[in-house]
Amino acid sequence: MSTTTSIDVASSNATLRAFLHGLPGVDRVGADGRAAMLGTRSIKTTAKRQAIDLAISMVDLTTLEGADTPGKVRAMCAKAVHPDPANPDVPKVAAVCVYPDLVAEAVPAVRGSGVKVASVATAFPSGRSSLEVKVTDTALAVAAGADEVDMVIDRGAFLAGDYLKVYEEIVAIKAACGPAHLKVILETGELSTYDNVRRASWLAMLAGGDFIKTSTGKVQPAATLPVTLVMLEAVRDFLAATGRKVGVKPAGGIRTTKDAIKMLVLVNETVGDGWLHPDWFRLGASSVLNDLLMQRQKQDTGRYSGPDYFTLD
Amino acid sequence: MMFEYAPAPESRDIVDIRSSYGMFVDGDFVDGTGPSFKTINPATEEPLAEIAGASAEDVDRAVQAARKAFAVWSAMPGAERAKYLFRIARIIQERARELAVLESLDNGKPIRESRDVDLPLVAAHFFYYAGWADKLEYAGYGTRPIGVAGQVIPWNFPLLMLAWKVAPALACGNTVVLKPAETTPLTALLFAEICRQADLPPGVVNIVTGAGDVGAAVVAHPDVNKVAFTGSTEVGRLIARNVAGTAKKLTLELGGKAANIVYADAAIDQAVEGIVNGIFFNQGHVCCAGSRLLVQESVAGELLESLKRRLGTLRLGDPLDKNTDIGAINSAAQLAKIRELSEIGDQEGAERWSPPCAIPERGYWFPPTVFTGVAQSHRIAREEIFGPVLSVLTFRTPEEAVQKANNTPYGLSAGVWTEKASLMLWTADRLRAGVVWSNTFNRFDPASPFGGYKESGYGREGGRHGLEAYLAT
Repeated sequence: MSTTTSIDVASSNATLRAFLHGLPGVDRVGADGRAAMLGTRSIKTTAKRQAIDLAISMVDLTTLEGADTPGKVRAMCAKAVHPDPANPDVPKVAAVCVYPDLVAEAVPAVRGSGVKVASVATAFPSGRSSLEVKVTDTALAVAAGADEVDMVIDRGAFLAGDYLKVYEEIVAIKAACGPAHLKVILETGELSTYDNVRRASWLAMLAGGDFIKTSTGKVQPAATLPVTLVMLEAVRDFLAATGRKVGVKPAGGIRTTKDAIKMLVLVNETVGDGWLHPDWFRLGASSVLNDLLMQRQKQDTGRYSGPDYFTLD
Repeated sequence: MMFEYAPAPESRDIVDIRSSYGMFVDGDFVDGTGPSFKTINPATEEPLAEIAGASAEDVDRAVQAARKAFAVWSAMPGAERAKYLFRIARIIQERARELAVLESLDNGKPIRESRDVDLPLVAAHFFYYAGWADKLEYAGYGTRPIGVAGQVIPWNFPLLMLAWKVAPALACGNTVVLKPAETTPLTALLFAEICRQADLPPGVVNIVTGAGDVGAAVVAHPDVNKVAFTGSTEVGRLIARNVAGTAKKLTLELGGKAANIVYADAAIDQAVEGIVNGIFFNQGHVCCAGSRLLVQESVAGELLESLKRRLGTLRLGDPLDKNTDIGAINSAAQLAKIRELSEIGDQEGAERWSPPCAIPERGYWFPPTVFTGVAQSHRIAREEIFGPVLSVLTFRTPEEAVQKANNTPYGLSAGVWTEKASLMLWTADRLRAGVVWSNTFNRFDPASPFGGYKESGYGREGGRHGLEAYLAT
């Protein structure tokens, strides 16, 4: 990439800093206002039905608890493949997302269904460990059959201005992923400004991330509308600048059908059709799936069923 | 995949439009003795209602009613007047949806704007000035009301302009005779109903309907003590001439040709939003619209590309659809004016661009339009188009930006976009405009004074400053 006439932006921390700080700023008031306005879009009838099915197909059905068990993961996988067993026309979700040690449970449970297995890695959720541990963590998850790896960036290094360290770590994890897709979690709730969200997005994309993801779900605020908006603008601009398309995954705090549809509206009016596909946009969530199913059934039957009609795994 | 939004129309059943309306004089709806007229829905051209027309005698009756009520209203303690204003504000909030639907039907503006911008601001204005009513002695303009205020308002924000005029007038103890625009009288007449609902003493608010001649009669009436007008500079001049040599106090809020200055270091995505909001908000029927985009050369290409992409997502159509961004042009006359000036832009050699956008068959519509390659000397850079038409000019240095921004007979508003605070302050200091928006545009607040320099008028509305026009200082 580096030639005598151009500078590789990642050749030093100084060049990376110069590049990232040269990106256009984000005005918080304006970004919040735009996201709030898009949040008022009224999605009804046929559009709502279309959005619900699209949202279901984009869900990364997630369980990331210390108390996770092999049985819980298998049950979740069954639900991922057939979200509503009584309704075979409900699309399958995009992926299941689990801790690395449970990848081996998930892989056979979704085999042949097209549902991907994603594993968090790199000392999730804090990211506080050595590079060696993070790389090994990643390699083990991939060896166990993970199709996708959700890594966390070193927020401490990012906030300290050590962009090169964050960059090199992402590059190393990307290498350890091999064929697996890499989602880079920015943990935007710890980045404090939208300028930082934009810079971290570009950093992750420059380093080779296939997806940029808002949050671990362990830190509040998580996937807010404006943060997702800023990240969508970043992938749009990155595609224009480099020709490489990167996906976006808001995760954490998306609980209702309304939340999910607002996300789809953001995608639709910021980056357009090109990202309205599970290959390019995911919703990291767990409880939202049942609400989507409930709203879907309401559209079909005209009535709401009680929550007991939807499985809790 | 394509994600098409299904129609999401707000129900018009919430508002009960009568087939005909009288004027509101001395607390009652009365027939006019002038020629009646129809108000139409500009999105469909269907007539909405028949409106009574006021004659000079009707205006006189209204002024007399206001004069009589002035004795009662001005003598009332401020705290008592505040109660009425608070009550009106609360009723407006309670009936907000009804008013928003009616506003969109009569004016053509998208329901999203009437619901999320106009109505909240209308209520906020009444709340704000209700709060001043018993605190006038702290405002610094004395506490003596002037008398009868004759107020003439435009069609672009019918109810909001009413609020800007009526709320401070009443808070200070004046009574009013208000003339709404002939194309948008309905929300003013519903407001009259709200005055009754709030038990406002008869004659404190009077509403006379009709065209320009009725407005002229209000302005010229010898027993009017204060004239307030919002509208075109052309009519403003006539009013100023008419009022000259009388004891009447006058405030004018007239046209504009605001510059929206985007520096190279601006937050580009938000600047694009600000440009869109600056000129396409309310179909550009905004006196303070950012109709001249001044963009720094080094980012002009990139910014215009972003802007055009963004304009491609604007949704033009049924004003009552909750997802509509661009509604109808208010009248055939206004549409003709926008077309005429746009054609002049073509002839002058500017390059016209609009996003692909289906125009409904009936009604008055104009697509969002951008002219590039515009020179300061072009008429589309100098004259107020009052429509969804943006003229784009570039500049190289901050000095040039300020020079171009100020090179207009108007001076109502301006916008500046930069992430550099020193440049923001340097620029704002030099702009000759009543409002300078910093990294935003078309943002309003009842606590903030609004008004023009030069041919954009004089006097301030809103805020503490807005009291001055309604007190005998």
